Formats: sequence, C-alpha cells, structure tokens
Amino acid sequence: MSMNNQGRPTGIGSADSAVPDTITGNRGLQIEEPLIFEQDSAGRCGVDLPEVPAMRMRLGTVKPRAAVGLPGLAEPQVVRHYTRLSQKNYAIDSGLYPLGSCTMKHNPRLNEKMARLPGFSDVHPLQPESTVQGALELMDTLAHWLKTLTGMAAVTLAPAAGAHGEMCGIMAIRSAHEARGDTGRTKILVPESAHGTNPATAAACGYTVESIPATPDGRVDLEALKAKLGPDVAGLMLTNPNTCGLFEREILEIAEAVHGAGGYFYCDGANFNAIVGRVRPADLGIDVMHINLHKTFSTPHGGGGPGSGPVVFAESLAPYLPVPFVVKEKGDFRLVEEAGEGPAFGRMKAFHGQMGMFVRALAYMMSHGADGLWQVASDAVLNANYVMARLQDVMTPSFDGPCMHECLFDDRFLKGTGVTTLDIAKALIDEGFHPMTMYFPLVVHGALLIEPTETESKASLDQFVTALRALAERAKSGDVEYFQGAPRLTPRRRLDETGAARKPILRWTPPAEQAQAAE
Amino acid sequence: MTVKFTKDHEWIRVEGDEATVGVSDYAQQQLGDVVFVELPDVGRTLEKGKEAAVVESVKAASEVFAPVSGEVIAVNPELEADPSLVNGGAESAGWFFKLRLTNPSELDGLMDEAAYKEFVEGQH
Repeated sequence: MSMNNQGRPTGIGSADSAVPDTITGNRGLQIEEPLIFEQDSAGRCGVDLPEVPAMRMRLGTVKPRAAVGLPGLAEPQVVRHYTRLSQKNYAIDSGLYPLGSCTMKHNPRLNEKMARLPGFSDVHPLQPESTVQGALELMDTLAHWLKTLTGMAAVTLAPAAGAHGEMCGIMAIRSAHEARGDTGRTKILVPESAHGTNPATAAACGYTVESIPATPDGRVDLEALKAKLGPDVAGLMLTNPNTCGLFEREILEIAEAVHGAGGYFYCDGANFNAIVGRVRPADLGIDVMHINLHKTFSTPHGGGGPGSGPVVFAESLAPYLPVPFVVKEKGDFRLVEEAGEGPAFGRMKAFHGQMGMFVRALAYMMSHGADGLWQVASDAVLNANYVMARLQDVMTPSFDGPCMHECLFDDRFLKGTGVTTLDIAKALIDEGFHPMTMYFPLVVHGALLIEPTETESKASLDQFVTALRALAERAKSGDVEYFQGAPRLTPRRRLDETGAARKPILRWTPPAEQAQAAE
Repeated sequence: MTVKFTKDHEWIRVEGDEATVGVSDYAQQQLGDVVFVELPDVGRTLEKGKEAAVVESVKAASEVFAPVSGEVIAVNPELEADPSLVNGGAESAGWFFKLRLTNPSELDGLMDEAAYKEFVEGQH
C-alpha cells in the first residue's frame, strides 16, 4: 500500500480487510481502467483510412522529429474506455452536490430539448441576419427577462462566464471614469469574504485592491468602508448575499457611501439564486452586476459547461455597454456590431456569446415563470436554513441564522479532536456525497460552506444531514484513524495533494522514455 | 540581533541595518503543506505593510507583507525548488528574503517573541 506524505494510503480503494483483493483489480462492476495510451496496440485502428497521397511538405526546412504517438485502439475499446471514465464521474445528475457559492442545481431536461432544436444548435455566427431572426429574438427575449429580473437598463450577453463578466463590469467602470477625465482613481475596494476572482479582476484591470474588513456578524464593516472611500477609489465589488451566506443588510447605505465618494458599485451576482424574483439589484443601488446563467438559471457547469456570464448595467453605466447587442428595428432583429461614436470600450468576445446557454436559460425562466423563480429563491433559502438548523447542535455555524441560500460552518466543533475539515470532506465521499466547499471563505477557520439549492428534496437533505451528524459525532468520539483513512470506497484513496502540487506530472510518458530518463 | 513579529505572522531578524524575513512557525502550521513560494526580485524596494511575496499551500494562497521598508538584497535560493523548507523550518532554513532597512524606527511597532506568542494564543 503506498502512502502519501501524511502517511495515508493512496492505493486502490478497499474497505480494509472487509473487501478481498480481486484477481483483475476490478471491484465488482467498477473497472480499474488503464490510461488510453496504455491500451495502445501498434497498428490497430477503429476506422479504415485511405493511403496518404504523395504530397510536398510545405513547412520548408521544418521536419517532424517523432511520431505523434496516437494510441491504436478498436472502436469498442474506445467506447468502453470513455464510458468507464464517465461512470467514475460524480455529477449533479448522480446525487447531492452541496458546493457552496457554486449553485449546483438540477439542469432540467426541457432546457436540453430546446437547445437541441436545429434552429438554435445549427446556426453559425457569420450567417446573414435574415436567416437567424429566431435566434436573435431569443437573445432579445432573454435580455428582456434579465433586465426585468434585475431592474437594470441594459445587458450584454457576451461574457463567457462569471469572471469574464466581472472584467466587463470593471472595464465599464474604468471607461466611465476615463470619459469624465477622472484618472486619479486607482483603487477598487473588495470585502474580505469576496470570491477570489474579484480582487483578481480588479488587478487585471490595473487597479490596486484594498480589503474591507468584516463585522463580527459576517457583513461589511460600513464604517471601515467609509474610511477607505475617497477620490482615489474607482468602485466597490460586493457579493450579495455574501459568501458567508448572509444578506448585506446595510447595502443601501453602502451604495450611497460609494456613490457619494464618486465611485461605482459592482455586484458579484454569483449568489443571485438566493434573491432572484424577490429583490431587484437595481433597487439596491447597484450600477453593474454579472449573472451566472450556469448557476441561477440552471445551465450546466462543472465540466459540463460552458459558463455564461451576462452583465446588467444601470442607467449610470448603460452608455458603456459593449457590443454586440440585439435591437429590433422595423420588425426585424439586428445585432449592433459597432460601438459608433459612443464611449463604450468595444467587445468582450469575438461573437455574441454562448447561444446554447441562452436557449437553456430562457427555457428555464419561461418554464418557471415569474412566480416560479420567486419560488426558486424561497426554496433555496429554506433548504439552506433547514440544513443549518439540523446541524447547528453538532457543528459550529460561524454566524447566527437565518442564512440565505448557503450556510457556513467553521472547524470549532473539531477543536482538539485531531480531525480536520479536509478529513470530514473525505469521509463524506465514502457516504456517497460530493463534499461541500472547504476552507472558503477565508474569514472563518476551516470553513465548510454548504449550498443545497432548491433541487434537493427533504428526504435527500435528511440523508445528507444524518451522515454529517454521524461524522461530527464520530470525530468528537476521538476516532481519528477512521477519518485519516478516508475515503476507503473510492477508486483511489487519499490523494497526495502536496506531492501533486509540488511535483506535478503533467504529461504521460511511454515506459521506454521513463526507463531512458531513469538511466 | 533581535527577532520581531507582525500581526500578519511574518518574522524579521535584524542584524545591523540588514534583516532576514520569513513567516512564523504558527503561520506555516495554519497554512499546511506549502507547495509554492514567489519571492521578490533582488533590488526591489519594499514598503512596510505592502505585498512582498506569495506563499501557496494546499489550502490557500496568501500574501507575505514587508514587516518594514527596505531594499531586497537577497532571496532564499533554495525556496522555489523546495517549498517544504517553510514547513520544516519556518523560522530558520525557510527564510524568504533579506532587506537593507531604510527606516529602522519602523521596527518599534512590531511585537517581540513573547508578545507574538500571546497574540497567537488570542487568535482562537
């Protein structure tokens, strides 16, 4: 049995002596699958390819030095390989996925059906506009829904995902200051509990980042914020509800203070699921906000993406809306491709954004309706509060409830047990759950951030809570060995994360090369 | 020779107008296994309290701030190849960089070992 540097087994999963080793290494119908390169059989090929015709090399003096090294396999081998790998995957389609601040919700099959309609799936961005009127109308309708739900004046659908949306918003803020000739604003304020992408975005846009401390109840310290505001501050980036799962109650005062100092208010919309249909961000004084279609509006993410991060603009920043966007003129839809003489900064992407995700998101909105989206937020918040209420006597909530769409615990309940947040997460895998977000946000020690979403039924939450309660009690009973040996039932046991980060192996090398390298 | 500590868990060992800087043993325990360290360029001028280096562990990436102002005169050549030195000897072999102090009076605001120990105990 190989061990990682914490002395924990890394070999193939087996529940210690209870499960015998098998002859094949397979565990029942869980196949111990080699890499596709290790299944290479020289000369084997799944298709008949024609002989390569004689041709002149057009690379000048550049010549290939070695074979490309594609493995040779028959079609059934390839199909089995990828099917087996997919069986090892864990997805929202397999079970509860309570990854905090990620909103891993069910992707309704109706969305998929709509997105596969040939009129949406087979269009090309360079087609004449007269042949894609339906697709443009869909984008226009989606834009209408997003503006209505947020109360905002304008929207760009182009950004490819959340962080790209943040970049779009901060570029708009920068353009607005520059258009006024106000070049002395060099700072963006970001609360301590922010998503890591917020300070990264500000830095990528050329700003320095100043951190705003939190109050003991997990919210932005308004007085500390006011003290940092001034003629050198371009804006504030805030998530509401924040990553502690708490609504920023003083958001109106926060917006007023930022505006009073001449700055703009960016809202990270990653947690919009908690308030969609119930609160309009424009009413909170927000100037610009991104929306993750792949969170709130149920388009796939976590490897199944792509993401999509439309950005809504209040009147204050609407003139800086990037191109392209859809307009309706004389009954026809048209993409505005040129910024014209306006102050906008250009475009975020070569084309108009993720069409397939627009279809899915609009299918979600229209199938739920306004009342249904209101219910989504209500149920998401109810589920998180149910989890918090059921766990608060055995685990330690970081802040008093009620919470919003996610509940935050820290590791005080593990103090003195020798068990860590990571160990709890690994043991949870053996129980058949994807772990919660760990060690984030950084404002509490050993964070465990749980976002169940509205997808989960009471029965599924009860099973999750029962497992977590039992694990918390087991940790307190001093059974450290159990936790340090987890996970036991997975295809691989505890991975050597340190070794993987310090000495990453980024490329498969054939055994012959390995032997050569060792000489 | 005096050793001082900051509230952000850096230590600084002063010898004349030169000083060696690293992160405290408490900080390395909190970080867990360190997997990457980014050091400042030699010759760079650091301002007290501003970012000087980055330390990344399996749990998180954190900034290391300059405890006092000064010019970087050396960085630990071993650290980029072997970041585990921070875990093995945070306050010895795992040092980050050396500074030539530009304003030694800034040292007065830092904690001595006893005060830092008390500060750390108050963290939980």
